[in-house]
Amino acid sequence: MNPTEVALIAVLAVPLFAAALLAFLPQYRLGARINVAAAFFSFLAAVTLLFARPVPGNYLFIDDLNNVFITLTTFVGFTTSIFSASYIAHELEIGRLTPINLRFYHAMYQMLMFSMNLALVANNIGLMWVAVEFATLTTVLMVGIYRTHEALEAAWKYFILGSVGIALALFGTILVYMAAQPVVGAGLESMVWTTLVERAANFDSGILNLAFIFLLLGYGTKVGLAPLHAWLPDAHAEGPTPISAVLSGLLLNVALYALLRFKILLAANPHALAPSPLMIVMGLVSLVFAAFMLYRRRDIKRFFAYSSIEHMGIVTFAFGIGGMIANFAGLLQMTMHSLTKSAIFFAVGHIAQVKGTQRLAEIRGLSASDPALAVAFGLAVVAIAGLPPFGLFKAEFLLATSTFASHPWLALIFGFGLLVAFGALMLRLQDVLFGKPSQSKGIATATLVPLYVHLTIVLIAGIYLPEPLVRWFNVVAKMLG
Amino acid sequence: MRGINFDIAHLLAGSLVLVSFMQLYQDRLTALVRVFALHALVLALSVAWQAYVQGAPHLYLTAGIALVFKAIVIPVALHRIIVRLGIHREIDAAVGIGLTMLAGIGLVALSMVVMLRVVADADPLAREDLAFALSVVLLGLLMMVSRKNAVGQVVGFMSLENGLVLAATGAKGMPFVVEISVAFSILIAFIVIGIFLFRIRERFDTVDVGALDRFRGDRQ
Repeated sequence: MNPTEVALIAVLAVPLFAAALLAFLPQYRLGARINVAAAFFSFLAAVTLLFARPVPGNYLFIDDLNNVFITLTTFVGFTTSIFSASYIAHELEIGRLTPINLRFYHAMYQMLMFSMNLALVANNIGLMWVAVEFATLTTVLMVGIYRTHEALEAAWKYFILGSVGIALALFGTILVYMAAQPVVGAGLESMVWTTLVERAANFDSGILNLAFIFLLLGYGTKVGLAPLHAWLPDAHAEGPTPISAVLSGLLLNVALYALLRFKILLAANPHALAPSPLMIVMGLVSLVFAAFMLYRRRDIKRFFAYSSIEHMGIVTFAFGIGGMIANFAGLLQMTMHSLTKSAIFFAVGHIAQVKGTQRLAEIRGLSASDPALAVAFGLAVVAIAGLPPFGLFKAEFLLATSTFASHPWLALIFGFGLLVAFGALMLRLQDVLFGKPSQSKGIATATLVPLYVHLTIVLIAGIYLPEPLVRWFNVVAKMLG
Repeated sequence: MRGINFDIAHLLAGSLVLVSFMQLYQDRLTALVRVFALHALVLALSVAWQAYVQGAPHLYLTAGIALVFKAIVIPVALHRIIVRLGIHREIDAAVGIGLTMLAGIGLVALSMVVMLRVVADADPLAREDLAFALSVVLLGLLMMVSRKNAVGQVVGFMSLENGLVLAATGAKGMPFVVEISVAFSILIAFIVIGIFLFRIRERFDTVDVGALDRFRGDRQ
């Protein structure tokens, strides 16, 4: 076995073993540390995959596209585990979680990392589906961990809608196999990505079209595209905040990754329908709908959950427009959104702990009561709103200009959605920072380091993108067509 | 011989659609669960027949899972939950039965039109199986939206899933069928446990174990 294969296996094996270990470890402090260590080693393994990659097998593979996703996933998984360690210590103190809950929580955290990594490196549409299903299951369990009325209801809703989504995705997967089977032959080969893309030109285009509709509906539910987004705000609001960060920052990306793979597959067949119009419409609808919904949110986590729908809409729209520049913008937007949104949830987690509530109306005047937290939160919201000099500005600007060149009318709708969302973000930011100070229940003791690490990366990306990164993203953008 | 193989597969897949329709008009939960057991039994037979026709012994495992888990264990568990929660007399339909049946007929027609046209050149056995499977999936979805009770929704989801298993076994030589049916069984087991907790919450106001602890603390 050569070192690259070891690294690829490690990306999966480290979280899996950590999950098994954490499930049997009674001390939660040690558990939190092992959680951080395991996340760190997964990240290291993913980074080594950047430099050299193994030969594609029938089950696992690494290429330029999933390299972007796996690096991002393990990185945010690592920083979130640091945030989580300080967050849960507080939850334990106020008695919202018990040590047994925490044991379960840490084991599930690593299970989630495992299943997301597996979905990303799977070279097999069946294996990828199973991985996405497991990721759904683990997040359902995490969302319901507080066992309050609302948490259980959110978990149930997520469960039912998520299950229907993945059931539809499975039907789509079966149809892709049906399309491939006469050309490639019965058996495992007909589910292998690399083989499928190579031979896609000869597949029956009718079956592929139908398959894509099911896949779009199925995985689109998991991406949180409107009108299939109903589970998303509840699941974000009622679960522990580190899980909201992972959901928004990573799990939505994983589902989007699945969609992109199938988009590449369809693009390889000259007679299949173009997925672009469908993705453009769903992306724009999600963007505009979520932008308006932002104004009526009363819960701070729900508010940022809608902002995630908005951003996933933008990313889907970008990949729908296609072409080098829009794909590049989409990739950049997705990466920057993951980093910024998880940073926001880190801040929101601390704010909710300080104020003892998630209700926006009761979170006021943070700049007076907790200046350090207020600065961090303010910067993160400015970044997510797409203001310069942060990276999201660059991505949205690129996307807007390239859309204006090719589809001016769509660019108008896109710009309108962005402005509406911008208004809502600024309105809420002002209330939270500068309103009349509301009562605090304590002071933030937790670390803001992960948040500033994320924001620094976003800031640097907004000012200057290193040459190798640009080259890498260009290769991926070309792959996406 | 080819003719009779095809006919039996056709008959079993068709029966699955028929049983799906039977589920649509059950207005008592206990009856619904019994019909679901029948649904799973027909599925098991159909999968076993595919295993025989395709000469794929691993599919017998999928058939076994369908028979033991979905036709026996789950219905018994659901039945117990229903009786224990005292909802066995409840009438459980959010939409009128006539309307649901009409919608069901529409969906089956839709799936036949779409499927038979799209996969016109495929192997006839796989083709018809797929058309029936899509009907079962759509009827399952219809059932999920037309029921207001969690148990009814879950039965809808399980019959949807039966349609998927039918499609997967119909696709000749598809790998992962057994793994997928196991993954789904785990999912369903979770759902059933979930309903139990969820319904308890509705009846006793909370499943918060902390609340129970506090209560005991008061007593001491």
